[in-house]
Amino acid sequence: MTRPTGAADVTGIPEFRLVKSYPGKHLLIRVLVVLTLTLGTWYVGWRWLFSVNWANWWIAVPLVVAETYALVDAYLFGLTMWRVKERGEPPLPPPDATVDVFVCTYNEPVELVLATARAAKRIEFPHETWILDDGDRPDMRAAAAEHGIGYITRSDDWTDRPRHAKAGNLNNALFQTQGEYMLILDADQVPDPRILDRTLGWFEDPKVALVQTPQFFVNVTESDPLGSQAPLFYGPIQQGKDGWNAAFFCGSNAVLRREALMQLGIVGYVKATEEAVRDALATAARLMSRVVREARRTSDPSLGTLAAVETAVREARQRLSAGAPVADVTYAFQQRVDAAARSMVAKDMRAIEDDLKAIEELGVDIDAELGVVVVDEDALDRLAERDWSPLGAIESVRELVKAVDVDRDDEAQPMMPLATVSVTEDMATCMRLHTLGWKSVYHHEQLAHGLAPEDLRTMLQQRLRWAQGTIQVMLRENPLVQKGLTLGQRLMYFATMWSYLSGFAAVVFIAAPVIYLCFGILPVKAFGLEFLIHFVPFMVANQLLFFVVGYGVKTWRGQQYSMALFPLWIRACWTAAANVFLGRPLGFVVTPKTRQARQPFPWRLIIPQTVAVAVLVLATLIGVLRLWTGASQAPIGTFVNVLWVAYDLLILSVIFRAAAFRAPDDDVETDPAHDDAPTNARQEQA
Amino acid sequence: MEIDTSDVRGKVAVVRLDGRLNMVAAPRLKGAIEDLVDHGGTHVVVDLTAVTFMDSSGLGALIAALKKARQAQGDLRIAGVNEQVATVLKLTNLDRVLRPFESVEAAADGW
Repeated sequence: MTRPTGAADVTGIPEFRLVKSYPGKHLLIRVLVVLTLTLGTWYVGWRWLFSVNWANWWIAVPLVVAETYALVDAYLFGLTMWRVKERGEPPLPPPDATVDVFVCTYNEPVELVLATARAAKRIEFPHETWILDDGDRPDMRAAAAEHGIGYITRSDDWTDRPRHAKAGNLNNALFQTQGEYMLILDADQVPDPRILDRTLGWFEDPKVALVQTPQFFVNVTESDPLGSQAPLFYGPIQQGKDGWNAAFFCGSNAVLRREALMQLGIVGYVKATEEAVRDALATAARLMSRVVREARRTSDPSLGTLAAVETAVREARQRLSAGAPVADVTYAFQQRVDAAARSMVAKDMRAIEDDLKAIEELGVDIDAELGVVVVDEDALDRLAERDWSPLGAIESVRELVKAVDVDRDDEAQPMMPLATVSVTEDMATCMRLHTLGWKSVYHHEQLAHGLAPEDLRTMLQQRLRWAQGTIQVMLRENPLVQKGLTLGQRLMYFATMWSYLSGFAAVVFIAAPVIYLCFGILPVKAFGLEFLIHFVPFMVANQLLFFVVGYGVKTWRGQQYSMALFPLWIRACWTAAANVFLGRPLGFVVTPKTRQARQPFPWRLIIPQTVAVAVLVLATLIGVLRLWTGASQAPIGTFVNVLWVAYDLLILSVIFRAAAFRAPDDDVETDPAHDDAPTNARQEQA
Repeated sequence: MEIDTSDVRGKVAVVRLDGRLNMVAAPRLKGAIEDLVDHGGTHVVVDLTAVTFMDSSGLGALIAALKKARQAQGDLRIAGVNEQVATVLKLTNLDRVLRPFESVEAAADGW
């Protein structure tokens, strides 16, 4: 098993080395997985069948559901660990490979970006280095030129079109470069000179599309109160996913194969174009049928022309359904509509002006935050129901189809190889690569180091965005039903998404002991010895599995945050659901661009956790008091619940440490996390 | 890869390709067709008969060129698709958008 050795390299940065694990570790993990899941199934089975206190169903059912959630989580974790893959030494890189190194930036300080870019330039394997400046800053351009580093900004095509944040930045660069492979780096991720030599070899398998390396942060103290390092994720979890050919792309410190991305772009282009043209033609059909009916009623002289356009729409739809290529269908359609429009004379210019205004408000809209083009069904409906002048109707049909045609007039470039479906482009892109049959590799060697957020507010925003992005992908492209994925891959994606639902379970795990201690209301029929007999073995086996899997790395922070950030996870779930189903914005949080000097304790950020702690402490006092006064006759029940409260408090305590945390070095003014290009490390709660 | 753009008959321009249409050649092809369209050759047939290999970047250049032609009220079609190119078209579903024509004449028919 590879793990941090604690050794320091010349720069004084602790380093992962490729270290083989002790023999028998895999077997031990598998034994513990089987043990944990057997005991867990036995416990939760006993809970459902024999110990749910149905009389108090309003707390009993949520509790057993929350426990079932945790068991499913344990199954998914066990499945991940079953195939932990330690790849060891990489093959030699193909000597003639051409590589572009992309340093992505939006608003980070020029010096910070430059430091990364200069390190990128020093990478030993032959390559070209580019700064992808989405901020289009003259001083950044000048600095790049001065150091002989390539500089790319958005082309003019992007003006007034959806920008798609970091995904758009990379998509733009893809069409301005030519390398076979590309290394993607966030602005603060300083690469090791050997990074390409150590990763390119994995591409000798022609089906490999991606090699991801760990993200590691150097501005983090030993105790890591903000939980920035994700040693369980960049370690056993990624290695486990790798075993199922589902290693995740995390947005930075990864090498991608251009051919795979381009193929993804073309497949996506075909799909988006087909769907949009089909929708637009359906609306056009409704619109024309209405206009023709009206013209027939009023014996409008242009009835013949309108009917011809209606026929053109109908035939275009028929040809499309019959499988005719989209470009053929739309070209023929536009020709016929153009001819019809020419044959008509504009009689009432004013009516047409009104119509043209309505055309501008076509039902093709841009999602303000994702920048995703969405066909607004309601607006399309309104368009179809509007009273059109004959020429206006024809114009609108023409514009409608034009907007979504094969030239994708609504997008800056017709192809978007990196997925733009979510605020976190990495997971969606990776899943689509896997559906096309590409492979991914997790290379467990630290080959870049970066900067983590240094205050609670920034950290919370970053986590919120990851969570929102992940849940968006789950809702928009549910991995469980994606064609082309193996069952293992589906479950690996689902596991990460499932883990973000932990906020709801956490609320129940806080509420249940409080309700028992305060009111003596039992969600479980027995809190006595029988309960302990069923529960303790599962608990112990689970912790043992964690201990063995995470031996030598710190997994406790991750465990704490998966529960302590419960308000954030819940917020992520409902904002993402509201965004996907109701089209609501995700909700912006203003990001301070530089860390504020000496701030007061940020109580406002942790109100729910503070309330939870107060209630837990109060409940303990009441519980003890009830036992003392004889109101409660169950010392074991009280004892179990007080222990439970103590565990909750221990978990929640981390958020207060984080809130009180002040970064030791006040000279650092950089804030690596902003809306556009966060270090897209996805920390998984296990 | 060789890109021959000399065959222009009014608005119809034939682009003949010879060799490997890959990530290195793709930007050149895109540039060449954009140039043609800007000079009035808005209806472009790309003759792929002599293309020995095409990758997704090559397809990407065709899509970008299609966009350019359409925006100039023109069109772009492909002709002379061999087996390897047909496989790539099928793999990416691009045959759902672009129809491969038998010959340049068949492609230009109807413009």
